Amino acid sequence: MISIRNLCKSFGDLKVLNNVSLEIEKGEKVVIVGPSGSGKSTLLRCMNLLETPTSGSVLVDGIDITDRKCDINAIRRRMGMVFQNFNLFPNMSVLKNITLAPVVTGLMTAKDAEARARSLLERVNLSDKADCYPSQLSGGQKQRIAIVRALAMDPEVMLFDEPTSALDPEMVGEVLEVMRELAEINMTMVVVTHEMGFAREAATRVLFMDGGVIVEEAPPDRFFTSPSSPRLKEFLSRIL
Amino acid sequence: MSEFFRNFARQFSLNFIEGDRWKIILNGLLVTLQITFFAVIIGIVLGFAVGLVRASNERAGKLRFLSGICRVYVTVIRGTPVMVQLLIIYFVVFMSVPVDKRLAAILAFGINSGAYVSEIFRSGILSVDIGQTEAGRSLGLTGAQTMRRIVLPQAVKNALPALGNEFISLLKETSVVGYIGLVDLTKSYAIIQSRTFSAFFPLMAIALIYLLLVLGLTKLLGLLERRLRASDKH
Repeated sequence: MISIRNLCKSFGDLKVLNNVSLEIEKGEKVVIVGPSGSGKSTLLRCMNLLETPTSGSVLVDGIDITDRKCDINAIRRRMGMVFQNFNLFPNMSVLKNITLAPVVTGLMTAKDAEARARSLLERVNLSDKADCYPSQLSGGQKQRIAIVRALAMDPEVMLFDEPTSALDPEMVGEVLEVMRELAEINMTMVVVTHEMGFAREAATRVLFMDGGVIVEEAPPDRFFTSPSSPRLKEFLSRIL
Repeated sequence: MSEFFRNFARQFSLNFIEGDRWKIILNGLLVTLQITFFAVIIGIVLGFAVGLVRASNERAGKLRFLSGICRVYVTVIRGTPVMVQLLIIYFVVFMSVPVDKRLAAILAFGINSGAYVSEIFRSGILSVDIGQTEAGRSLGLTGAQTMRRIVLPQAVKNALPALGNEFISLLKETSVVGYIGLVDLTKSYAIIQSRTFSAFFPLMAIALIYLLLVLGLTKLLGLLERRLRASDKH
């Protein structure tokens, strides 16, 4: 589904991604972990071209999205993204936050979009917040709304960029719960996170990044019980 | 004491009532309002366009050439006094074409205000968190849709207080139009004074009118701001 080939990304002199290649199949739940500054968020943001790669290519269903002629907006409509800082639209109600993109992009009529938004809100137990504004919500609620907003476009893959890192500890659980449910209905997911519990339970594959390269990748049981590279061993011993 | 009041009443009557001199002030006020009103409209349209071009350039690297032209415009306008700009427009640009002085003044103040308004809009747009744009783009909205639906509504709200200040300054700056021979609110004092030899009454009246206009404008902008902020409900 997503195919990354020889991807490099530099910010000025700083090389953030160094020749990364990665294949993500439909239905996979790939969790990317690693120390901060290892390039994992940048890798994720290259997948929907929020960052433009310096070189290399990103193919989504065979379409090279780094090609200037590619209709990136059409590709992005099929890829939901959830941000660390939620990025809800503060001047719009929760309902408007969710229905804006499906309506503006012509995917749905206003009426259908609202019906879908309400049913999605019900799924995350936030039906009563439809007419609230983001400033009236807790962090956990905001992030669940942000997930719903992305789901409203009916995406084929969901990208999560440290979705629980800005949350108070007691709110992490409710967001992970929603993500777990998504994994259960077999959504393709790419998740950058520090939540090792989630990686262990929900991932089909865990990647360890350090210094702009993928150092190791393995299914979660092998990843956590018998890591092979010394850098991953050291990383795991520090966080577990 | 009664002598003072009698004198006051006589001077008041002489300066405002005799020969319908209040009409001179009223006509001047109308000229001032006319120039300010149309200059504000030109300023908003021009400033919005220029601010949008420059912010798009700074945020997304688009429209580089156009943005360069806009930067020159802002630099030149902000780097020269508005009175010099007014004189240039009337005596140089419209040298060979007869043109209504009010039109020249409206153009001069509109073009001048546009430069300041563009900076206000530019900073308003740049003050909106980049995450808002990323969220819009990640949902598949185009750059233009994201700007119009998500960024601009927030930017305008952020810019409103500064925009209000700009219009208040503009109203007062128009008081230099006497230099191209227009009789606006400020200049109306000179006509009354030339007939009554008294400066006190007309000048005080004019100062009071400016003050009331500014207070009214402030109130109006306050109402608008509160209405726009109603959606925040912090």
